Amino acid sequence: MRESKSVHLKTYFMLALMIVFAPLGNVLLGKGMKGVSGAASWQPGALLGVARQVIGSPFIWLGVASLLTFFVAYMVVLSWADYSYVQPASSFSYAVVALLGYLLLGEAVPPLRAAGIAIICLGVFVVGRTPPRTTEHV
Amino acid sequence: MREAFLLFIIVVAGTGGELCVSRAMKTAGEVTDFRPASLVRFVLRALRVGWMWAGVGMMAMAFFSLLGMLALEAVSFVVPVTALSYAAGALGAKVFLRERVSPQRWAGVFIVCVGVTLVLLSKR
Repeated sequence: MRESKSVHLKTYFMLALMIVFAPLGNVLLGKGMKGVSGAASWQPGALLGVARQVIGSPFIWLGVASLLTFFVAYMVVLSWADYSYVQPASSFSYAVVALLGYLLLGEAVPPLRAAGIAIICLGVFVVGRTPPRTTEHV
Repeated sequence: MREAFLLFIIVVAGTGGELCVSRAMKTAGEVTDFRPASLVRFVLRALRVGWMWAGVGMMAMAFFSLLGMLALEAVSFVVPVTALSYAAGALGAKVFLRERVSPQRWAGVFIVCVGVTLVLLSKR
């Protein structure tokens, strides 16, 4: 019983880390990439300059660190929890990324986009409520 | 067109990478000791599993495509549209792994696609 409670606690903790650090990492990467001149042009000659700017951007490194934190939490939780459980539980990150984009980057989130994100969260949740194995093993 | 190409790489390589990593972690075993040295040993053990390298390679491709997409579009647009990976996952399971995908799971995938469509429309 105590072991089951402990598994739940560590699972929730890891999911919380995932839900915070994945959106935060994406927002930081977005901030970093918006500051890179020439990244949107896709000119082959400009790629080296773009790479230099990407490597020199502190926002990119902070974003990578956040995503690494997410990735370690994701790897660790998958070592005991089912993918089909972890996947829907992390669906909230779609809402968190829009919230962080609005609060930290000042991005406009029109009502249609907010509605779309809410529906995506619902859809991911429904996918995760299905049985993890639906095919008989021979 | 560039956005569609990048989204395709993000969705396909990202989903494939996650499935490979998931398989590798089940092979590496459960994490029971959370001390830093033990976690490092666990990561090194996981890195000896071939599926982990395949997964990391595919996820790296998805990551660089994500960087390219983030240079072009808002993060509150880019990340939600990558939820199309749920549709790719279900289709991949049906076509390549020949799994039976339950009606409820198809319903969830359909709902995700409706949400992604609304997010795409919000850009216009």
